[in-house]
Amino acid sequence: MIPAAFDYVRAGSAEEALAALAEHGDEAKLMAGGHSLIPLMRFRLVTPGVVVDVGNIDGDLRGIRVDGDVVRIGALTRHSELEHSTDLAASCPLLAHVASVVGDPSVRHRGTLGGSLAHADPASDLPAAILALGGSLVARGPGGEREIAASDFFTGFLESALAPDELLTEVRVPVSTGGWNYQKFNRRAQDWAIVAVAVSDGGKGVSLVNMGSTPLRATAVEEAVAGGASAAEAAAHAADGTTPPEDLNGDADYRSHLARVLTERALNAAGLA
Amino acid sequence: MAVTEDTTNAGGIGARMLRKEDGKLVTGESKFIDDIHVPGELWMGMVRSTMAHARITSIDTSAAASMPGVHSVLTGAQLADMDLWAAPLPCAWPVTDDMANPPHWPVVPEVVHHVGDIVAVVLADSRYQAADAVEQVIVEYESLPAVASIEQAIADTNLAHTDLSTNKAYTWAIAPDPEGTQAAFDAAAHKVSCRFVQQRLIPAAMEPRGVLAVPSPMGGDITLYSATQVPHILKVMMAATTGIPENMIRVVAPSVGGGFGAKLNINPDESLALVLAHRLGRAVRWTETRSEAAGSTHQGRGQIQHVELASDANGKLTAIRVKIDADMGAYMMLITPGTPLLGSFLYHGVYETPKFSFTCEGWFTNRTPTDAYRGAGRPEASYAIERAMDMLSYEVGIDPIEIRRRNYINGGEPFEMWENPAGIFFDSGHYTPTLDRALEMADVAGLRAEQQARRDAGSSKQLGIGLCTYVEICGLAPSRALGGLKYAAGGWEHSTVRLLPTGKVEVVSGSTPHGQGHETSWSQIIATKMGISPDDVTVLHSDTAKSPLGLDTYGSRSLAVGGVAISMAADKVIEKARLIAAHQFEAAPEDVEFTDGSFSVAGSPSKSVHIQELGFAAFSAHDLPDGMEPNLQEQVSFDPPNFAFPFGTHVAVVEVDEDTGGVELIGYFAVDDCGNQVNPMIVEGQVHGGVVQGAAQALYEIAVYDDDANITNPSLMDYLVPSAAEMPSIVTDSTCTPSTTNPLGVKGVGEAGTIGSAAAVINAVVDALRPHGITDMKMPATPMRVRRAIEAANGGAS
Amino acid sequence: MSAGAVRVRLSVNGESHEIEVEPRTLLVHALRDSIGLTGTNVGCDTSSCGACTILVDGRSAKSCTMLAVQAEGSEIVTIEGLAATSDGDGLHPMQEAFHECHGLQCGYCTPGMILASVSLVDEYPDLDDKKVREGLEGNLCRCTGYHNIVRAVLTAAGKEA
Repeated sequence: MIPAAFDYVRAGSAEEALAALAEHGDEAKLMAGGHSLIPLMRFRLVTPGVVVDVGNIDGDLRGIRVDGDVVRIGALTRHSELEHSTDLAASCPLLAHVASVVGDPSVRHRGTLGGSLAHADPASDLPAAILALGGSLVARGPGGEREIAASDFFTGFLESALAPDELLTEVRVPVSTGGWNYQKFNRRAQDWAIVAVAVSDGGKGVSLVNMGSTPLRATAVEEAVAGGASAAEAAAHAADGTTPPEDLNGDADYRSHLARVLTERALNAAGLA
Repeated sequence: MAVTEDTTNAGGIGARMLRKEDGKLVTGESKFIDDIHVPGELWMGMVRSTMAHARITSIDTSAAASMPGVHSVLTGAQLADMDLWAAPLPCAWPVTDDMANPPHWPVVPEVVHHVGDIVAVVLADSRYQAADAVEQVIVEYESLPAVASIEQAIADTNLAHTDLSTNKAYTWAIAPDPEGTQAAFDAAAHKVSCRFVQQRLIPAAMEPRGVLAVPSPMGGDITLYSATQVPHILKVMMAATTGIPENMIRVVAPSVGGGFGAKLNINPDESLALVLAHRLGRAVRWTETRSEAAGSTHQGRGQIQHVELASDANGKLTAIRVKIDADMGAYMMLITPGTPLLGSFLYHGVYETPKFSFTCEGWFTNRTPTDAYRGAGRPEASYAIERAMDMLSYEVGIDPIEIRRRNYINGGEPFEMWENPAGIFFDSGHYTPTLDRALEMADVAGLRAEQQARRDAGSSKQLGIGLCTYVEICGLAPSRALGGLKYAAGGWEHSTVRLLPTGKVEVVSGSTPHGQGHETSWSQIIATKMGISPDDVTVLHSDTAKSPLGLDTYGSRSLAVGGVAISMAADKVIEKARLIAAHQFEAAPEDVEFTDGSFSVAGSPSKSVHIQELGFAAFSAHDLPDGMEPNLQEQVSFDPPNFAFPFGTHVAVVEVDEDTGGVELIGYFAVDDCGNQVNPMIVEGQVHGGVVQGAAQALYEIAVYDDDANITNPSLMDYLVPSAAEMPSIVTDSTCTPSTTNPLGVKGVGEAGTIGSAAAVINAVVDALRPHGITDMKMPATPMRVRRAIEAANGGAS
Repeated sequence: MSAGAVRVRLSVNGESHEIEVEPRTLLVHALRDSIGLTGTNVGCDTSSCGACTILVDGRSAKSCTMLAVQAEGSEIVTIEGLAATSDGDGLHPMQEAFHECHGLQCGYCTPGMILASVSLVDEYPDLDDKKVREGLEGNLCRCTGYHNIVRAVLTAAGKEA
């Protein structure tokens, strides 16, 4: 399985990347680590005319900085860097942990946080972590930078609020050391989650993986927790309002059931009785 | 004869000798098919049918043909006009005289019969150009109703082949006494009736298949490199189906990255590469992509099994009746029809039963053809009887261990040449020790206590313990027996052993390795037989120019047939060398002894010569006995008098998360008896890998087809070959009951692990769920399936 | 340079290479076809099997899920160059351990499995049986059942009991 031919632009800086996007318009596709894009291109499910490679841009686009009560993460920071960062483990252990269960080690060495979020796959782990943490994403475009709340970012299946001429530069999450947990249920360790649940801050933030066409916040669970519900009571609402996908690993009912089971486990592990 | 462990030579029979093969493999020096290139080679790109059953109405190749680097694009109709083939692709096992066998052409001329059938072939200068051109070939079809399942095939509403009157390909039975069998059921105190589904499996050897045909610049000879298990069979079949004379075809299997049966076929791509290279005078190659493989390489299993057991009040079997419906897929490939029958003699397992009846019906569907996959018919049989025995134990109300003990052949005591109810003779067996040892290793008593504690505590993580005591038939095979089964080839194996002038030994092996370590094991046999270092042995194999005679590697036959041939050829070399030694000693041959590699005369210590020293004498031929031919080279074609019947007991331990339905295999214990072992390290490795393949069938793998007979999970992203993370360490041990079939007393172990493990794992899953009243679980036991079973058993969603 | 070809400079097994490739060329094909190092194998097309695993700047990567152009400026180690990265004249300890522990049969997954293991041992210091198994989640083997592969990795890591 070989990608269809395309033209290639290696961007040395964010500005070069933005210029290439402006020049090539809809024909262009940004590539960071390539671990979401290349598999799609190999099956020719995606056939961009131009690939704009931002993977070699260094500087502000890579790295983890704790800035008061906010953790700022360059969009090109690789999963393995999140996984091994002692700063992140101390300031936002949920995100460090979730990064450690993405794909497999080889994937984590290449895949980037920004790439994963921009791909907006509802089955991916990292979007759920950012959602549960109430994080935000910084996009840079021709008109400058804007900050998009994670809860506004995921707009459809593999679709995000990122404009075609914008580049994701930074991800911001609050310092969050309250009770957290991530329950990922899959059949093989390397696989995408059939369903996963991320819980932050003792249940204030709860999000769901692979329970709809986008990564989802489990707002009914969050509200129940806020209202004083027990873990079991709150988890009963995990599938409320969702339309889970159906595939070989699970139909909608089974996914809904898993969401409830995993949410209860995650809330318990995060310290909610 | 029992061969005891060689204590005089670290590399002889019985030694855990490290493999000779490894050096090239751990450094990347090995050449697999895709690593071999020749100048001017053309890449084939296959245009494959996207429809399961359809008539081709048009193929537009014009855009593809004009693309850069494209040499030509050939459709099935065009290829048919080129008169390239003498016959369709072969089926070597027409199991009945009236078996239906619709023609299987390498490229379909008119009607496609499964997704993946080739409709046109692109020839291009590079892999990438071929892939691009394939995308540009426009094929239009008129859809025909597809047969997407065995059930649909049986219904016969739609026909998989419209020129046949039924989807049924054949009916094959061993039913010596149907009335007596029925009477036993009528009189039984206990009966169970089970329906099991052997889901289709994708063999998924890690190396995809590939082929490279290289014509010689003049003279018409052609070399076919193929990632195949069966270079010798491939050569014969290529000659027979293409009309290219056999003496002009050389087949080479380079390093082959696993086979598991999937590389024992005669495939469209191999035939295409050969005839196109022959016709064009240019090298032609192809490498399969993984996602293509679901339609380009045969699949395994694919059966619905109906198994009935009858017993007396104590659970002693009185009759077994089996009916299987086997999915042939779209075509009869090399041994498609016979594969389910390889298990036919084993549906009584390790148990005595007075009455036995087996019937198999083969059915065409519009799916990828089935054929041999690790175990080939025997894992299915073992699964059926071992699952059914657990179900009988529930019915009788006794422990699964106890019901096995009550039914073991010869009461669990040792036996030789036991005639089974299907009329074949088990060479040797002794079943109780493998059971006792496995129970001890697994600490089944302790596990039962832990299981009860978890049940009492209402834990959501329940333990299950599953048992399988299997027997299998391998060492294929006595040629007469194969003839009786209408298998077209024999079952012998050939070997040549040469003592070279400098004292080194060259072994020519007809069996053809693809990961089994033949170079190591064959060297060990020679080391023990001839009293030399295994480092002095070279093994030639996998090239019909070096090894012209052979019947290759499948059915756990390499050691039990091929290894024995090597041992026998070594004996002949030793006997000839004895005559030379006697001549040098001026002694009578019968006074010359052979010990640890040296010939000597009893009572004359000065008269001694090592066999390796005689190589030069035989080569120079200056002073040989009168009338003796020069050189020390002997060959043997060994045709075994019987099959071999390895056996063993496996214990699987699973943890079932009742809330999610997730099953984790947390422990596995295997005690196997494959007779004498040449290299216990290699035996263990075969068991480890086999166990995981069977466990993978139990828990992970299934080729899923939709209602239109499209496979929905062809990639390794969706077809779940398990990784290390899903599998436990495997605890192994063995007992040794030598085979009576051959002078080495060896059986075979390549498939044993797979034959034992699927049943053990599912028995464990069901065991965990017994408190819910659950008695069976379909494979693969997916989390959703397990959870649904729990919900159903408890009256709906809980 | 053919139309659309891109020049890529990279180090492979300590040697500098400058190759011209189409942008779409997968790194594994560049290594195999342009540089002639065929030890890196292709086993799937979905990043699932890990047969193509190499070291890129010291860390394992799946070379079928990288474009050759992404390797610009990288230091790559393939199975052919692994032994030279270790002290001594012989094999790398991981290669040695796979041999000693019978951690390979057909050998097709082996180059990728060994390089993934080298990276794993380097990245995760406190390995045990479970962590090795989890760490090799992205490398499939059909022959060994993984038992002896896990033993080999623990042996090379000095963790075998």
